[in-house]
Amino acid sequence: MRFTFRDSLIKLAEKDKDVYLLIGDLGYSVVEPFAEKFPSRFINCGVAEQNMIGLAAGLALEGKKPYVFSIIPFTTLRCLEQIRNDLCYQNLNVKIIGVGSGFSYGNLGATHFAIEDIGVLRVLPNMTVLCPADPIELKELMEKSYDKQGPVYIRLGRGKERTLYNEEPNLEIGIPSVMKQGKDGLIIGTGTVVDCCQKAVEKLKDMGFDFKLISLHTVKPINKEALLEEVRGYSLIFTAEEHNIIGGMGSSLAEILLESGWKGRLKRIGVLDEYTYDIGSMEYLRDKYSLGPDKLAEFILKEIKNGK
Amino acid sequence: MEKTARDIRKRAIKMVYESGASHIGSSLSCVDLLTYLYFKVLNINTENPLDDKRDRFILSKGHAAAGFYAVLAERGFFSKETLDNYCKDGKKLPGHATKQCVPGVEASAGSLGHGLPMGCGMALAAKGDNKNHRIFVLMSDGECQEGSNWEAALFASHHKLDNLIAVIDYNKIQCMGRTNEITNLEPLADKWRKFGWEVKEINGHSFEEIEDSFKKIPFTEGKPSMVIAHTIKGKGVSFIEDKLVSHYKIFNEEEYKKAIEELK
Repeated sequence: MRFTFRDSLIKLAEKDKDVYLLIGDLGYSVVEPFAEKFPSRFINCGVAEQNMIGLAAGLALEGKKPYVFSIIPFTTLRCLEQIRNDLCYQNLNVKIIGVGSGFSYGNLGATHFAIEDIGVLRVLPNMTVLCPADPIELKELMEKSYDKQGPVYIRLGRGKERTLYNEEPNLEIGIPSVMKQGKDGLIIGTGTVVDCCQKAVEKLKDMGFDFKLISLHTVKPINKEALLEEVRGYSLIFTAEEHNIIGGMGSSLAEILLESGWKGRLKRIGVLDEYTYDIGSMEYLRDKYSLGPDKLAEFILKEIKNGK
Repeated sequence: MEKTARDIRKRAIKMVYESGASHIGSSLSCVDLLTYLYFKVLNINTENPLDDKRDRFILSKGHAAAGFYAVLAERGFFSKETLDNYCKDGKKLPGHATKQCVPGVEASAGSLGHGLPMGCGMALAAKGDNKNHRIFVLMSDGECQEGSNWEAALFASHHKLDNLIAVIDYNKIQCMGRTNEITNLEPLADKWRKFGWEVKEINGHSFEEIEDSFKKIPFTEGKPSMVIAHTIKGKGVSFIEDKLVSHYKIFNEEEYKKAIEELK
């Protein structure tokens, strides 16, 4: 995904001389081609994320289009007030590219986990929150968000995520992407964990349950009408996110569903409001919170049985 | 210049008196600096406030908004009547300098430690486009306790941002007491020098010294410039000068009249 980001950005920078890339001294073996091609528009800001966001704001105030790139906790939480005041309050065209969604850096411990970023950023007025599921979604969202007025957060995985679409979905910011239809229930995922959702849906199908799958790549703003149209007729909905179940995509969905008068059962699957000291690979930690494909299918089956 | 600064002080005092707002001491300490910058140093065009060639100014100590707005109005960015809106219900003139509210405010402030990083970004943009305008940032002394400023200080010298000029309004009083008692900043000039800036120290109420300090910018080619201006909090109103209470003072009618009288 990081390479898709870089290649998309290089394309944008080729056509627009105002595109800048700022990094917080992270991005080894990823950002170098951009730096070589556009040395004057590549700035390694050092290990100083508060200044980096301020710099991006200053550049944007002068009409530039900066992309700020670092590992998620450092480019979101470390500099949160700069994001709030400099970017959101002033509504500036700055893109924050966060690498390492959820447990991407599972072995490194919770300082490097990203399990609060969606919740924290989605409460900021003017902020757009994008969580692409795969390189295809990322590529399209890079193009769609490029000219968007105001700050945008794009949450990336860090690995070589597989592509989940057979053809280009032609995404629109705010509109849920239906990846598969199904009649027995609905799974809504966001970010790279949609990969697990897709595999879980296949497993459930083998067991006789036909689930619909949606990638909610835009956690904010969500086009409510479009979302409600997709959930109509479903009384059992699961959300899956590599994030705290408090404040994330599932919470966002719950807000919309409750206010709409929707009647049914919503089950949020994600991190259970805790920092785990039980570290491990991304796959290991996803399983711990029922987000890995097998565990997710198991969890859903259990819920179906409980509900009957 | 003295008269202009005096009129601006009176206007700022009227604004805080009528709105019941605080922070007058922080405005009064930097009015002389602001006045000189806006009338003699900054290359600006009030007819076209967003003129691409203009010098940029960021009030990082956004709480000095009353003095700042009064200077902008005096300089002609907007009408003096607009100042009556200061901190009033439903009016767009907040107690911290805010970009979207009136012409002439380049960046919003209010939380400390934000102006210098944004100034660095503006300076970088100008360098990248080979433009000659300059970026000025007025900071407070207490603000120098924010780590983000030192991140920006490192960045500015490393990137040779000699189109960036920072000014510290060193009135030596912050929210809860004297800076040297709360978290000492000294030796402040040495700190900035060691961070790679060219530093001048002046009396921030002497127009002669202010004039001298801004005669040649940058002070040294390839280095960001810093003016540490020694000032007096509440300057111009004897009974709040150099007093902590000037940060919070809401004048009653008698005090208001006395303050205005002193500035005649």
